[in-house]
Amino acid sequence: MDRRKSIKSLVLGSVAGGLALHGCKPGDEQMEQVVEQAEVFYGRTPEERELDAELQKEQFFNIHEMATLAILCDCILPGSEEYKSAMDAEVPNFIEFMVKDIPEMQVNLRGGLMWLDHQCNARFGAEFISLEQEKQHEILDEIAYYDPDIPEEERPAAVNFFSLLRNLTLTGFYTSKIGIEELGYKGNMPNVWDGVPEDVLKQHGVAYEEEWLAKCIDQSKRNIVAKWDDEGNLIT
Amino acid sequence: MQIIENAKVYDAIVVGSGAGGGMATKVLADAGLSVAVVEAGPFFDPADPKHQTQLKWPWESPRRGAPTVRPFGDFDAAYGGWEIEGEPYTHKDGTKFDWYRSHMLGGRTNHWGRISLRFGPKDFKHKNVDGYGENWPIGYEDVKPYYDKVDKLIGVFGTNEGLPNDPDGFFLPPPKPRLHELFYIRGARKSKIPVYPSRMSMLTKRINKERGVCFYCGQCSRACQVYADFSAGTCLIFPAQKSGGQVDLFVNCVVREVTTDNEGRATGVSYINKEDRKEYKLKGRVVVLGASACSSARILLNSKSSQHPNGLGNSSDHVGKYLHDSTGGDRVGFIPDLMNRKVSYNEDGVGGMHVYSPWWGDNSKLNFPRGYHIEIWGGMGMPNYGFGFNVNEFNKFFGTKVGGYGDVLRSDVKKYYGALVGLSGRGESIARKENYCEIDPSTVDQWGIPVLRFHYKWSDLERNQAKHMQETFAEIIQNMGGTPLGDMPGRDQDYGLQNPGRIIHEVGTTRMGDDPKTSVTNKFQQLHDVDNVFVVDAGPFVSQADKNCTWTILALSWRASDYIVDQLKKQNL
Repeated sequence: MDRRKSIKSLVLGSVAGGLALHGCKPGDEQMEQVVEQAEVFYGRTPEERELDAELQKEQFFNIHEMATLAILCDCILPGSEEYKSAMDAEVPNFIEFMVKDIPEMQVNLRGGLMWLDHQCNARFGAEFISLEQEKQHEILDEIAYYDPDIPEEERPAAVNFFSLLRNLTLTGFYTSKIGIEELGYKGNMPNVWDGVPEDVLKQHGVAYEEEWLAKCIDQSKRNIVAKWDDEGNLIT
Repeated sequence: MQIIENAKVYDAIVVGSGAGGGMATKVLADAGLSVAVVEAGPFFDPADPKHQTQLKWPWESPRRGAPTVRPFGDFDAAYGGWEIEGEPYTHKDGTKFDWYRSHMLGGRTNHWGRISLRFGPKDFKHKNVDGYGENWPIGYEDVKPYYDKVDKLIGVFGTNEGLPNDPDGFFLPPPKPRLHELFYIRGARKSKIPVYPSRMSMLTKRINKERGVCFYCGQCSRACQVYADFSAGTCLIFPAQKSGGQVDLFVNCVVREVTTDNEGRATGVSYINKEDRKEYKLKGRVVVLGASACSSARILLNSKSSQHPNGLGNSSDHVGKYLHDSTGGDRVGFIPDLMNRKVSYNEDGVGGMHVYSPWWGDNSKLNFPRGYHIEIWGGMGMPNYGFGFNVNEFNKFFGTKVGGYGDVLRSDVKKYYGALVGLSGRGESIARKENYCEIDPSTVDQWGIPVLRFHYKWSDLERNQAKHMQETFAEIIQNMGGTPLGDMPGRDQDYGLQNPGRIIHEVGTTRMGDDPKTSVTNKFQQLHDVDNVFVVDAGPFVSQADKNCTWTILALSWRASDYIVDQLKKQNL
């Protein structure tokens, strides 16, 4: 499957994807390492762990490219008194990893960075990172917006470059600890679901029906072992 | 190379440790039989910290959960995928079949959505209704007692609604609907589509002391460390071992073939140990195949001998035939009334939907037979790779600019968080002899075992059903005040019908029947040709139903295993 399509389908929340996964042949020594690294290696098989380590070892972007990414990412999600910045969430490092994990993004990103410096040189006689913010924004204003009714393939390359960078910045930031805190996501921890709070129901103009609620779990009885009569009626 | 033989003779050798193999292991071991379980992948236990992905945060993965390594994302519990390095499969005549395999203890039960639907009375005799396909040699009344036992042993939430073809059961109470599910209920009813609490195998209530109760992290796909959801390892194999059963696990062992004696009866299996790449033999009185419909067919077809020149159990030439998968179609909608949500609460819930719609249509008025059920997803989920992509594209619906940079993107993220709803149809296709898997004579995998070659085509019956899905989903999304995203896929795209195999409900390759000329197994899933070989995965399914197949695999595997125990006692095997 075309990776771009796979990214698109991710946006739509689809679970389609499709890359090879290596088999699993744990040796004793490797398994011990996995045990030691369990906390940081989130249930990896030895082969997956090796792959992660290999990708971490390589460096794709050079120093200038990393410096340019840092400024671009902070233009996309700037820091302020109120908010942490993309740099605070180490987004450029995340992008560095992703271009090795999904190499199809490399040309678009690296080429985009070159294009950007070329534009800046031609118009202002300096590379992007040396420009004052006003001029950086002047350039970005020309590539930051797009018409969603025009298919992506037909949009200017520079626009697609910046869209990709914006996507990676947003995803890198909001999957980081500080990004999730800013978003306010309350899950990923043990809890007891007992329905949508009343004020939220009201805000969105919906309500629970008594008949439906009567079928649902009484959470005060969740730890009492289930027993049924012969007809399948729960009696505990 | 000398084949290394194990001297022990097991009462039963079970091949595969998923739903079918897991259930057979439990029933046979509980009956006091000695059982060897041969699994192609590694040991897996979600209670072991080194195997856990549950409750990890996205930043613990350097790719933030992107599906570059595991096809359903870095945190999905299942090893394997659509392609496995060194273990190819091929296609015939340019047809398509995507084969998902998960080689690990518990198999694909570590992956599935836990949607646990009984087949109904009509599903076993659907030919009588519309003339398509074939009837099963058994009926709902044969399977009902086993469905009842599976409900109680494993646990499933749902509600008794007295529906004609979606039978009642022994349910745990369901969780309350989430916000977007309340919108779905309203939208579906407007189109006269009924909605009920979903039926899924998570423990909303305790069923025993060994397994925990759901703590609503919404991550069943990551495998539950307190065993509050069903997977074959945690709920069948481990309990069989803990209750003192004689269960020997052979992991990382790929079965090549079923071995036979001079009379053509099975003597055991031969397998390759992945760790030393050597071939071994195990002896057993009975061989129980639960390797997955296609893998079990492959093992049978590769088990050629002078008594079984066409492969084991294949005198009918039906092994591999009638392969069929569920139909699948999906649509996503943007719901403006779900914008600007309060994030004051945790709505992870169980892993998957809290409500669903079983098939409601009247096929006599439609241009396709058989139906589909609707699955619903959405909500304020945990961000993962892909979150924030095209962050403000929905601005187009409000006539404002799309794209940009700066703090406005932060408010866009929050404005649209949780405003998408997805609908998926999972339906029944017609089993056809022309859709099959067979051995590819010119390809072997890295273990030297000949691989499968697939031939599969959808017909207009499935395409018409997919078109109905798309029209229905668009209507429901509009009823919810929303806009379906993207263009409705047309005829040139099979109306969005997913490739065969994509729904991971492969069934039918060793179908059961009373006539040995047109079926591979009898109604107890015993090979017509060899009385001590059984198939307990979805291979013996005659038809798919508009239900997920796992609950029926479990019930039928239990039924077949009871029969094995009985026949061994009577010394008929």
